[in-house]
Amino acid sequence: MMTNPGNRLTQGQFSFLPDLTDEQITAQIKYALKQGWAVSVEYTDDPHPRNTYWDMFGMPMFDLKDPAGIMLEINNCRKTFPRHYIRVMAFDASKGWETPRMSFIVNRPPKEPGFGLSRQETGGRQIRYTVHSYATDKPESERY
Amino acid sequence: MDTTKTDTSSRATGEVKVDLDAEFRDSHIQEVLDKLDRELIGLKPVKTRIREIAALLLVDRLRKKFALTSQTPTLHMSFTGNPGTGKTTVALRMAEILHRLGYVREGHLIAVTRDDLVGQYIGHTAPKTKEVIKKAMGGVLFIDEAYYLYKPENERDYGQEAIEILLQIMENNRDDLVVILAGYKDKMDKFFQSNPGMRSRIAHHVDFPDYQATELMAIADLMLAEQNYHFSPAAHRAFAEYIPRRMQLGHFANARSIRNALDRARLRQANRLFAAKNKMLSKDDLMTIEAEDILASRVFIDNAPDDDLQAPARGS
Repeated sequence: MMTNPGNRLTQGQFSFLPDLTDEQITAQIKYALKQGWAVSVEYTDDPHPRNTYWDMFGMPMFDLKDPAGIMLEINNCRKTFPRHYIRVMAFDASKGWETPRMSFIVNRPPKEPGFGLSRQETGGRQIRYTVHSYATDKPESERY
Repeated sequence: MDTTKTDTSSRATGEVKVDLDAEFRDSHIQEVLDKLDRELIGLKPVKTRIREIAALLLVDRLRKKFALTSQTPTLHMSFTGNPGTGKTTVALRMAEILHRLGYVREGHLIAVTRDDLVGQYIGHTAPKTKEVIKKAMGGVLFIDEAYYLYKPENERDYGQEAIEILLQIMENNRDDLVVILAGYKDKMDKFFQSNPGMRSRIAHHVDFPDYQATELMAIADLMLAEQNYHFSPAAHRAFAEYIPRRMQLGHFANARSIRNALDRARLRQANRLFAAKNKMLSKDDLMTIEAEDILASRVFIDNAPDDDLQAPARGS
């Protein structure tokens, strides 16, 4: 598609921007920690937009004061899954929110094949649309 | 690029000079050092050592302005001394000093012991240690009684794993974390002997001397003043007599024993006031600790240390 050159996955914050540098990631995490949110690192190789539950890389990190500890985990995760999508989430546990307040991608595969739109004809010439990630044609661990 | 050029030329001509005094004032370290002097009685060698470390860091920062690169100095420390000599308190101040100088970003102190680092089963230790380390990043990690991490008599002890993770972090994340190990002198020496890697990564060994009786008396006055109490003149004499007696007895933990003694004196004071029910009390009555509150101690009566009010708290 011409509207999304390179088929870059656009999920979460900042996903239409060029990839964040480590300094920018650190600054974002610093903001999250200042708000008292628990930051966690997650990864997946199935980028379908409805795949909301990614795999956790370790536990969410509570009571941290400084982004260095989270950067350590991000870099560990990048080392373990260099060709996966990795995102950082900040969870707000305060009453009334109890939900992720931030979520942004910090690592993506070198080549993103993107999504295809498939049409299914059903009764009465009705058409059902579905989004299909080309990456998931291959079995897990061979996708990227 | 420009800065390096001017730096080299200025070094050659000696034009630009930095003001060490101004830098010192800007860092507000003097306030911390003054506070240290005011609130901590005695501990001369410790204070001198902290002043030295602060001077080193300040000069190091000035050198950076001239682009005289030197590696980030190793800041990991070991505090050795008997219980109640102020190791935790000094560590707190150290965190503040390092924060003012910009060597740690947040300046908080995480105090842990073996239990917080070492797990109970295989594979439990590494995540536990890492979690603590991550919490301490940007600040100071204070490991009390660090020698318990290493138990040579049990070769399957998980403490070794915690030590290895610590060593790795101490080397690779020097900018993020300062580790302070604390404990009794002789046990720490043995610990370092069996862990040469640990020894070589620690730059500053600070030894905390025991307090003299006069210093303990000054500490007692300070502690009482903090809690809005004071000794009557007779009580002051009685407590001055109490200290050397208590020092002779077992389980003497310097300032911590003094604090416990004062807590018990407060208890007796409250009891005494309560017993004299029909008397109107002035503000001064509520603040004054009388001689009888102190002389009722078991130290005077059967020459044995009082039972502690509570289990002695960690740190003082």
